[in-house]
This record gives sequence, C-alpha cells and structure tokens, in this order.
Amino acid sequence: MSALPFLLLIGAVCAGYILNRVAAKSIRDRGDRLHSMTSYHGLFSALLILVPVLTFILFWLMLQGPVIDRLVMAGLPDGALGERGAGATQLVLAEIKSLSRGQVFGSPEEWKVAAASHLSQLHQRADWLLIVAVAALSLLLMGLARARVSADFRARQGVEGIVSGLMVFCSVVAIFTTIGIIVSLSYETLRFLKHVPLSEFLFGMNWEPQIPLREDQIAAAGAFGWLPVFLGTMVITVVALVVAVPVGLFSAIYLNEFAPRRLRAVVKPVLEILAGVPTVVYGFFAILVVAPAIRSLGQSFGLDVAPNTALAAGGVMGIMLIPFISSFADDALSAVPRTLRDGALGLGATRGEMMTTVLFPAALPGIVGGVLLAVSRAIGETMIVVMAAGLIAKLTINPLDSVTTVTVQIVTLLIGDTSFDNPKTLAAFALGMMLFLVTLMINIIALRIVRKYREAYD
Amino acid sequence: MNDMRKIERDVKMTDTKITARGVNVHYGDTHAIKDVDVDIADKTVTAFIGPSGCGKSTFLRCLNRMNDTIDICRVQGDIRLDGQDIYDKRVDPVQLRAKVGMVFQKPNPFPKSIYDNIAYGPRIHGLARSKADLDVIVEKSLRRGAIWDEVKDRLDQPGTGLSGGQQQRLCIARAIATEPEVLLMDEPCSALDPIATAQVEELIDELRRDYSVVVVTHSMQQAARVSQNTAFFHLGHLVEFNVTDQIFTNPQDSRTESYITGRIG
Amino acid sequence: MTDATMPTGTPRKASSSELVAASLKRRRRKQTRLQWIGLGAISIAFGMLFILVASLVSSGWTAFTQTHITLSVYVDPEEVPLKRLPRGGFDDVLAVSVAKMLPGTDMSVRATAKSVEGILSKGAQFKLRDMVVADPGLIGQSVTLKVPVSDPFDQLNKGLIDRDTPDEFRRVKNTEIAWFDTLKDQGAISKPFNWALFTNADSRFPELAGLKGALVGSFWALLTCFLIAFPLGIGAAIYLEEFAPRNRFSDLIEVNINNLAAVPSVVFGLLALAVFIGWFGLPRSAPFVGGLTLALMTMPTIIIATRAALKAVPPSIREAALGLGASKQQVVFQHVLPLAMPGVLTGTIIGLAQALGETAPLLLIGMNAFITSAANSPFDSATALPTQIFIWADSPERGFVSRTSAAILVLLGFLVMMNAVAIYLRQKFERKW
Repeated sequence: MSALPFLLLIGAVCAGYILNRVAAKSIRDRGDRLHSMTSYHGLFSALLILVPVLTFILFWLMLQGPVIDRLVMAGLPDGALGERGAGATQLVLAEIKSLSRGQVFGSPEEWKVAAASHLSQLHQRADWLLIVAVAALSLLLMGLARARVSADFRARQGVEGIVSGLMVFCSVVAIFTTIGIIVSLSYETLRFLKHVPLSEFLFGMNWEPQIPLREDQIAAAGAFGWLPVFLGTMVITVVALVVAVPVGLFSAIYLNEFAPRRLRAVVKPVLEILAGVPTVVYGFFAILVVAPAIRSLGQSFGLDVAPNTALAAGGVMGIMLIPFISSFADDALSAVPRTLRDGALGLGATRGEMMTTVLFPAALPGIVGGVLLAVSRAIGETMIVVMAAGLIAKLTINPLDSVTTVTVQIVTLLIGDTSFDNPKTLAAFALGMMLFLVTLMINIIALRIVRKYREAYD
Repeated sequence: MNDMRKIERDVKMTDTKITARGVNVHYGDTHAIKDVDVDIADKTVTAFIGPSGCGKSTFLRCLNRMNDTIDICRVQGDIRLDGQDIYDKRVDPVQLRAKVGMVFQKPNPFPKSIYDNIAYGPRIHGLARSKADLDVIVEKSLRRGAIWDEVKDRLDQPGTGLSGGQQQRLCIARAIATEPEVLLMDEPCSALDPIATAQVEELIDELRRDYSVVVVTHSMQQAARVSQNTAFFHLGHLVEFNVTDQIFTNPQDSRTESYITGRIG
Repeated sequence: MTDATMPTGTPRKASSSELVAASLKRRRRKQTRLQWIGLGAISIAFGMLFILVASLVSSGWTAFTQTHITLSVYVDPEEVPLKRLPRGGFDDVLAVSVAKMLPGTDMSVRATAKSVEGILSKGAQFKLRDMVVADPGLIGQSVTLKVPVSDPFDQLNKGLIDRDTPDEFRRVKNTEIAWFDTLKDQGAISKPFNWALFTNADSRFPELAGLKGALVGSFWALLTCFLIAFPLGIGAAIYLEEFAPRNRFSDLIEVNINNLAAVPSVVFGLLALAVFIGWFGLPRSAPFVGGLTLALMTMPTIIIATRAALKAVPPSIREAALGLGASKQQVVFQHVLPLAMPGVLTGTIIGLAQALGETAPLLLIGMNAFITSAANSPFDSATALPTQIFIWADSPERGFVSRTSAAILVLLGFLVMMNAVAIYLRQKFERKW
C-alpha cells in the first residue's frame, strides 16, 4: 500500500517523458527545426513531475502519522484521558495503535477499541487521499509540461535550470544541517536556562542532575554546574593526547623519512585499519582488557585505582587517535617541498638532523592543526567514555580516579525516558550546546591553521 | 658565436679536484647516465650544458651523493675527490656533502631567519665554538655571497621574505658557510629574472678564487659567460668536454655543433 | 677523505673538515636514536592493534559455536493436552526427558527438578511448543529434539568454567557437572556452529541472543543513509566544484561542510532527537531516523571525496567537450562525472563504513531498545550492530562477553569487506592522467 504512491509517481514520470518526447518528435517530423533534442523535451516533463510530486509525497508521509495521532486523541470521549501526564497519554496511544494492528492483550476498554477502529479508518482514508492527490498532481504537471512542447521551446535550458536548482538545494542542505543544529540546541538550551540560571550552569562546581520525579519524593534538588564535567573531559583528553601525540608524531617521522618502502607499505594500511575501528569497539576493549590491566598494575604498586579510571578511557582514546595524528603529521611532513629536504641534505645534514631541524619545524603549523583536530575529536568522542569512564562528576585532576565527561552525561541523561519538559533532559542539550561551541571553536582555528599552511607551500 | 663578456680564462687543467671514470646511473629501468668520464679542475668554473633530460643534473647530483636520497637510483663507476673514492663504503655522505656544497635550481631558504639559514651548516657540523665565532662565520659568508649589504640590518627576519635573487644568493652564502671545497650549482639562475641572474653570475665568477665550481645550466650564453670548462651532455652521454672557448667556437662533435647552433635542444 | 692533496688554504679550512669528522659519530648516534624511537612508536601502535584483535578473537570465537543437547522427548498427553494448546507443560516434558538420561535423579525433589530443567535453555520449551502446535499429531509420541543448553553449561562445555574452583564459588555445582559429564558420555552433547547468532534476534538469554535484529536494523539504516546522502552529496559536490561562482556564499558552504565533518557525532544525535523525533514526530528507535541522522553525518565525507575525484579529472577533457559545443552540464554529467565515478564510489563506501560503526547518535534516538524481533520496515523499532554491541557489553550475564566480542568480529568483518571493495575499486579504476 505504501509503495503505491511511489509506483504511481514512477509511472507518471515515464508517461510524461514519453508523451513529451513523442510530441517533440512529431513536430520534428513535420519538418520544423527543434531548438532542443527530443530527449530533453522528455526529460523536462519527467523532472517537472518528479520533483514536486516526490516532495509532496515525502511531506505527506512525514506528517501523516502525527496528524492522525492528534486526530485520534482529539476524538477520544471527554474525560477518557482524565488527569494523565504526557507519558501516560503516550502509553494510551501506543495501546490504541497495537489494537488497530489486531494485537489484543486482555480486555481493553470500549473507547479504546473505538479509537483503534477510528485510527485504522483514518489511515485507510489518508492512504487513498494520498493516491488521489498524487494522481491529480501528476496529471496536472504532465499537462503543463505537454503544453510547453513547441519547436522553439528551450527544453535543454529548462532541464538544466531544474538540475541547477536541485544541485543548489543539495549544497544548501549542509547549511540547513548546521542551522538545524544551532537552532535545536539553542532552543532546548534556552528552555533549560528557564529552570537553571546561566551563571549556575557555567560556573557551578556541582553536577548532580537529580530531579525529584514526584512532588513528595525525597531527593536532592539537583545541581547543574558544568565545570566538574568539563574538567573530567579535559582530564581524559589530556591522557589521550599524552598517549597519542608522541606515538603518532614519532610514527609519522619514522614513516616519512626512515621506513623502508616495504615497511611503509605495510604500516600505512594497518594504521588505516586502526583508524577505521568503530569507537564502540574501543570502548569494549577498554572495559574488557585495558581497565582490568591498569587496575591490577596499580594494585601491584599499592595504588588505589578506580575501576573506571580516567586512565583507561583516556589511554584507549589515545590509541584511537594515534592513526589520526600520525596520518596528519605524515601529510604535513610530505607537504614540505622537496627542495628544503635537498637543501638540508646538500649542506651535509644527516637525515635525522634534516628531520628535526628543517622538516619538522617547517611542518609544525600543519601538525599543530592536526593535533587541535585531535583535541576536538577527543572532547567529542562518546562511546569510549560512555563505556569506560565514570558517571559521577568529581572536581579532580587525578587520572587514577574516575571522572565523567560532557558526552557521557549527554548520553546517560537522554537514554531511557526522554520527555522534553524536565531540566534533566534539557541539561543534556545545554551540555550539547557547550560541546558544539567548544569543538566548533577548536575546529575553526585548526582548519584555518591547516589551510594557511597548505597555501604557504602550494 | 655571440659577444660574451670578456672573462679571464684559466685554461690550464693542472689541479684536478674531481675525477670521474665510467659513471653509469640508473633510475629504476631508465639508464640516465652512460659511461661518463670527466675531470673537474680546482679553482675553475665548469659548466654542464645540454638539452633538458640529458642527465647533466643527475650527474651533478652524483658528485655529492645526493642521488643516495632517491630510492630507485643506482650509481656505478668511480668518482674521486682529491683521489679518494667518494662512493667508498667508509665515506660518510654527510661528511662528503660538507665538503661538496650544493645550490639548487629553485632558491630554497629554510623557513627560519636569515641568520639561522647561514648558521645552519656551521651549527650542525659544530664548526663554531662560540656565538661570536658563529657571528663571524655568518658575516663572512654573507659577504662572500655578495648579499651582506642588503640583509645586514635584518638578519633576524625570515629568509623566505627576500626576493628571488636575494634568496638564491642567500642559499649560496649558506652553502659557503660550511667551508666546502667544491660548490655544485644546479641551474642556479633558472628561477631568476635577468638582473638577479647577472648578480648571481658575477658571484659565481667571484667564487672561482676559492672554490671549484660546477654549474649546470640550460643557457649556453650563461655557460659561455661564467665557465672556463664546459661539458656537453646528450641523452646520458658526455659528448664533449673541453675548454669553454673551444666548445663554443670550434666544437669537435657534430651533436655539440647542432646544439650550440640551436638545431637540437 | 684525506686532506693531503688539498691546496693550501686557510688554517680554519683544514680544521673544518676535521671538525665535521669529529662530530660524525655523535650525530649518527642521534639519528639512530631517533629511528629507534620512531620504530618503537610504530611497534606500540601495532602492538595495540594486535592486543585488540587478539583479545576480541580469544573471547569471541567461542560464541561462534553453541553447545546443544539432543533429547528424545515423549510428548506426554497429560502434560500437554491437545485442547490447551498452545499452552501446556512443555518445560516439564523436557525436564523429564533429560532426567531419563540421568540415572539416580529424583524429579520429585523440587530443587533437583529445577536444576535439571536449568540445563536446558529457556528457548527449548518454545521450540517444542512450536513443533507441537504445527503438528498436534505429535502429542503422545516421542520426538528427537536438538536444543541449546543454558549459558552456564555452554560455558562449562567450552572450558570457560574452572572445575577446580570450590563448589560454593562456582556457578555450576558439582552435581550439575556430574550430570553434564554423564550426558556427554552418552553422546547427547554436541557443539555445532552457532547459526542462532545470525538467525535469532536479541534475547535476555545469552544462548538464544542473536544479531538478526541488529543486522536488519543496520541494513535499513544504511540503505536510508545511502539513498539520502549519495544523491545529495554528489549534487552538492558537483555544484561546488563545477558550477558555483567563487563568492562568499560558496566559501560559506565550503567552510560549513569542513566544519560539519568535524562536529562530534553525539551532537548529530541531539539534532535528530530534537528535530526528527521531537518536532517532526518521527518514531523513536526507527532505523529510518537513524539513517537520516547518519546521512547528515556521511554527506560531508561524500562531498569531500567527490570533489577530490572531480578535481582529478583533467581540464583538457572538459575543454575538449566544451569545444565541441556541449553545454557545461552536458560536459559534467556525460564526461566528467563518469570518469570521477570510481573515486566517488570509493569515498561513498568509506563514508558508509564509518556510518555502519557509528553508535552515539543511534543511542540518542533510542536504537538501543531491547527488541526481540527483526524490523520489517525502516519505520519499525530496531537496534543496529554497534548499538547491539553496546547493549550486550552492558549486560551482566557472563555469556554476553563472548557474544559481544563475536558481534564486534562480525561488525569488523563487514567493515573490512566494505573497505576491501573500496580499495579494489580504487586500484582497478585508478587512472594516472
């Protein structure tokens, strides 16, 4: 059933193509000179039908569900919902839906059964309505396109105009995405700030997102100061960089200058594999191998190591970043012109001296850009820390302790029941906003440095 | 052939600095240099000329083992500097390159200050015992590179900020600073404008007093202007090697004649 | 190098060569040290990858087999009366048939009966029920059935439980071990390949849990992602590379795309949660929404790869076609794009491989739900491979540790396959202009 509108659309597109092409052909056969080739006349019609109708179908499908739901809920007898909260209303709706699919559990109330049949009726009606609308719209557009066929109609320009428009639309999607991120995050953040003052969020030293679920519940009022969360993020980021930067840089130096070609041919793909491993895998690696290893190592030195120590999460994140930094540094070193290499060697520098005194300093801006991008990755990395870091925000910089991060808090606050009206959920968006801003700032600086660097040697 | 600047020509080839015998170079499967014999005299300017791709630069890079840095390049034959085989296993290319300096086609100052550019060689080789020593070397080298007056007030500014001609003279000064005995120049003027070229050529002639200079050039006029001896390379062969005047006025080989009269190139 | 033949120079000159010679040893040592440090760094990276793979394989390979027990079950009409179907005492029927193979067990003791029943997986009774419901004629007859054993016995059979541990600290007690050994001696125990890992959806019981739901969910999500990101990405790349005027607007788009590629993935999850689910009212946990989110994340990758591929097509081809009177769009779509296609596809596959491993945004849109059936459409609730890994990694049952590793190996297998295709495409069609 749901495929029918699409089949109809395909049919209409083909029909429009053939119709216009045949029409154009007959004009040509009469001996008139066509401005455009017949296939462009066909394409013009096809595109003229495809674009609006497809947009129409997609919008319809997207809106159909919510609109019908609202109609059904509005059609419920007065008082049926009573004094229920948003969550309970959702439950009722879900029950009605499963009833309409024929899944009966126990003996539902009469009004629910009625609502269920109302729901399926609406669905059927909506499906038919859509098909009729698609057919009508297609016919209308087909007629419009057919009317344009004439000897001097510039079909090619018409087609190219439509295609240009589509391409511009594609490019603008990226901007819409950014706007979407900014608008949605700001909107929810502003709602959050109605509950929690900005100064508390930015400068508060406590992060305890506990909100009493019921009025009478005895619970902490909750504290939303992001500083300890941010500090935890920084601790893990620093640990990650301490692992990744030296290993990555020295790997790159070795690969770029000293590695025999055959070793390089092996190492590069292996590093690429390391870079392609999903972060959830690294997270599991952290809890399966690294955290127990660090813990038992710490115990053998008589140190008290938390089971989800920042060292494990940060260390594994560092491993994840090694290929990132090494490939960035390798690229930056390779971008240094050969003439500088030759210059240093020609003066009698050893290859090591050439690397440390000429190549590396010359590549430094590019490398710094890469390291900055790695920092932004470490801050935004989610799965490793969600699996291996702690949940409790502590103001500590001891890497043996357990700390939490911005991304961990976002995920834990949003997993499970998410209704958009309590500060707990909204706090996740506020943290997301901060995360977005911080990483955006770092990225812009890093990309600018890298760009400048590339220009310097182009 | 055309009127050249009159340069005093030192034609006697008594002090031989470098002797090369039966040199062959392969780039992978390409045979780039075929059986080349040549003698480079001390305190003279020797020019290598020939059409592009004839192997003159490749051969030049054999003289300080710069070809070692290219993986696929193999060098065979016997090249001696002051009688010592430079491809001997015991010879360290680093030490060799300190003795046989090189200036490249494109000016390649390091992205450091002018001072640090010049001081680079002396520093890595440990030629200066103190900062004062180094200052002396830097000034001396810049003076010999005929660029001191232009840069003496901005030694701490980046070498990359200079003009093309200044950059190239800076690179020559940089090469001089390590006190080499031979100076190899790979088309040192091809990236420069005529005025800068004239300055560099003058400098080359100047350098002849202290060094054995080998210049690769694609410009015959330049070879005629600056060199005492000229070697003509063609398709990897050394076709003719003689006193510059002889080459240009009375070439022995028909290929040389075709080249200098502009029929091949 | 001797200085004997050197012409008389300044005294400094003679010493400079010596100074160089004197410094050589130290300098060589320094270079060697640098080389060793570099080699060490690479070894660390290699070692980590090795430990990663080795630990996953060593803990995951056991999950690719599953201990089964072959039973001869008498479907007792008293326990399973025809009229009560599909309900009935299938668990008791099974327990009795296991007890038959264990001489000396007294099934009238409740604890013993419970322990005996515990040998079998909870899924066994449903398997028997489905058989009987499909063919009620089996009631009163004996059927031979091969069913999985429960997780502790699976672990025991795979040698993952140490028999030397004192009884009270062991999950499988001494009597149970004795039973199991008896069953094994009778040849009832087998360890075939664990097809259930691929044909079952998720379950609370490790021995029944499989990846089907996750695989189907990932498939729908990736399909959605591809159908959206591929055309949009190519369209945007062609426009930016070939048609866009160089002005501030196209600069803005370009900077924007580069930044978008570096935005943390969890932020895309927040976007999807707020916009797709919160504002548009799309269903939670649906692979369609997941695919939509992944498409937004993959698009920058595809755009960047496509632009690089377009750039690599030499201008001479454009000029030649333009010179023949083709319009700019004809040139791009008929000549340039086909030549750039291998590069575009390579970039797309790499982008999709990244999307396949992406977890955080899927968590936020609820694709970590506990769902025991595979999705029939992209709008049904489902998990995806990486989120399934996350769920299993979080599960307390011991059996899920090896399942998690196995799921990771499956995921890595897919990634390696996709990357291999990309590399193959790149090498087969790579053109040197």
